[in-house]
Amino acid sequence: MNWHNVWTVFAKELRDTIRDRRTLISTLVLPMLAMPLILLGVGSVAYKSFAKAQAEVPQVAILGGESSPAVREALAAHTKLAVVPAPEGWRQQIADKQLRAAVEIPNGFDAALARGEPATVRIYHYDGELRSGLAVSEVRRFFGAYRDKQVAARLAGRGLPASFVKPFDVRTENVAPPEKVGGNAIGGLIPYVFILFCFAGALYPAIDLTAGEKERGTLETILCSPVGRTELVLGKFLLVLTASLVTVVCSLASMGLSALFLQHLASGGALAHGAVAGAGAAPTLPRIDPLGLLAVGALVVPVAALFSSLLLALSLFAKSAKEAQSYASPLVLVVLLPAIMSLLPGVELNARLALVPVLNLSLVSKELVSGVWNWWHLALILGSSCLYAAAGLAFCVRMFNRESVLFRA
Amino acid sequence: MIEVEGLTKLFRNGRRAEVRAVDAVSFACQPGKIYGLLGANGAGKTTALRMLATLLQPTAGAARVAGFDVRTQPGKVRARLGFLAAGTALYGRLTARETLAYFGRLNGLSDRQISTRVQKLATDLNMGDFLDRRVDTFSTGMKQKTSIARTLVHDPEVLIFDEPTLGLDVFAARAIRDSIRECRDAGKTIVYSTHVMSEVEKLCDVVGIIHRGRLVAEGTPAALKARFAADDMEEAFVSAVGNEPEVAA
Ligand SMILES: Nc1ncnc2c1ncn2[C@@H]1O[C@H](COP(=O)(O)OP(=O)(O)OP(=O)(O)O)[C@@H](O)[C@H]1O
Ligand SMILES: [Mg+2]
Repeated sequence: MNWHNVWTVFAKELRDTIRDRRTLISTLVLPMLAMPLILLGVGSVAYKSFAKAQAEVPQVAILGGESSPAVREALAAHTKLAVVPAPEGWRQQIADKQLRAAVEIPNGFDAALARGEPATVRIYHYDGELRSGLAVSEVRRFFGAYRDKQVAARLAGRGLPASFVKPFDVRTENVAPPEKVGGNAIGGLIPYVFILFCFAGALYPAIDLTAGEKERGTLETILCSPVGRTELVLGKFLLVLTASLVTVVCSLASMGLSALFLQHLASGGALAHGAVAGAGAAPTLPRIDPLGLLAVGALVVPVAALFSSLLLALSLFAKSAKEAQSYASPLVLVVLLPAIMSLLPGVELNARLALVPVLNLSLVSKELVSGVWNWWHLALILGSSCLYAAAGLAFCVRMFNRESVLFRA
Repeated sequence: MIEVEGLTKLFRNGRRAEVRAVDAVSFACQPGKIYGLLGANGAGKTTALRMLATLLQPTAGAARVAGFDVRTQPGKVRARLGFLAAGTALYGRLTARETLAYFGRLNGLSDRQISTRVQKLATDLNMGDFLDRRVDTFSTGMKQKTSIARTLVHDPEVLIFDEPTLGLDVFAARAIRDSIRECRDAGKTIVYSTHVMSEVEKLCDVVGIIHRGRLVAEGTPAALKARFAADDMEEAFVSAVGNEPEVAA
């Protein structure tokens, strides 16, 4: 093995790649732009529509209850609801999102309350629609308060304390450190980003350096130089690995920056208007253990190496870049499957799953960013990933030594 | 020096069909001589030369290039060989100078050796105008000159040219042939494959006629013409291959 040759090949491929605008766009520009666009775009649209929905006083139709003026008056006096008489075809209007919900007061509601008889109030709504849901919550809140008032009056009438109907209180309190809360919410997302960009970053250079060279006729030129096949593969592999890792780092950096920006926007901006004061604290970003993130980064390297070598070998088999693309595109699904599986509830890391490539990374990154360090699992994952990467590289070298692959008729 | 002994190459196309692209070919080329390999399309020229360049493994037979076996010492063979074929294109995003430096480095030349070598090749091949331009802006002739320089950058003792004048105009083709003659005069061993009869007469010292993978005749152009009682190489070639047109390649 002549490392000088490996370096020479790598340096040349690097220069060649940097001069290729398409590779630059796919490895640097797209991931850098994609993350902020996704986060800011989706985030701000979701935030705006939510804020708008919350600021809206929902229109709620009232049905029946002509014989119960007390509850009707109380409803009409509730400022957070715009109560209207039920129009013709109110069901359709709810479905058409012109009306948020409808409340049906049963006949003789006031009287039933006075006699202490049971009564049922019905709420009609659009299940799953955000603004209808908000209206329903508001109506429920109103009736909850209305019921509490009735209960308090009844208790007072019988001379009983409030604790009579509420003998004890139940309260929940979060004791997990903020990182762990973040770990579960964001930890599931981080491996996605790592794995997807790791793959995407390797894809284009891998195709360009193999099938692309075949297509342009430069593969035969380099093969008839004295450089050894293993040296050639290593040089190319290092370039693809570099591209993959650069893509991951870029996308992560831009994701971090846009998340910070989003947080700044949320805490200092619109939320301060008090439009959603009732919604609780501003949605602060869950804190992530930076050391854990670093460890995830380290574990990504062998996975990137595995992707790089497999993509190189696969696209070397193709005769043209187009053919290589058609082989590699379905792989995205194969790669994403473990990442999705790791999001399933109940799928937790164990020694057996620590040996499953890609899935182990998804699972462990959930733990790592929440500050959980299971050294035995980490060693298993690192060891097995390195083994897979080495096997991938060996396979790649084998492919580069097969003339039926290099000179496919 | 190239010695070829019973060289054979079988390609398996699909499950059954076997193509005997090169069939028990034997020949030798001496230093300071140009050996012309003349054959129609699909005759097996490129396959034979790729085996000499260690790009393909022979199915049977042996070949020694500059004293090294193509099967067991491929790295040593390639270090002493310059190979130029229709399939050996240049990197479009590198300049001519960078291309030469890259192949020089892979051949173990130092940076100083590379710069003097590039200077000499650029002068010899008249490449000064485009030495620092990117190859993808080149004309076919500029590209071929750069390819020749790439082939010669490590000053190899054996040179293999597979149809190097393909697609070139008269002047570019002449320039290429001139530089190949200079290589011969410098004592290199040269194999030159072509299907152009006139080139063989102008350039080659010894000619081997290859047909359906087999070497059917060999000799100096004059000897071949005499042997087949032909006025020119074309007549001699047609007689040698027995008047049958090549099967579709
Ligand atoms: N990689 C390959 N796989 C299968 N068959 C091949 C392969 N390469 C060449 N052949 C076959 O071998 C035979 C010889 O081809 P070759 O390219 O050596 O001919 P050639 O003399 O160089 O022709 P041309 O003048 O067209 O360049 C042809 O029938 C061709 O189809
Ligand atoms: Mg050919």
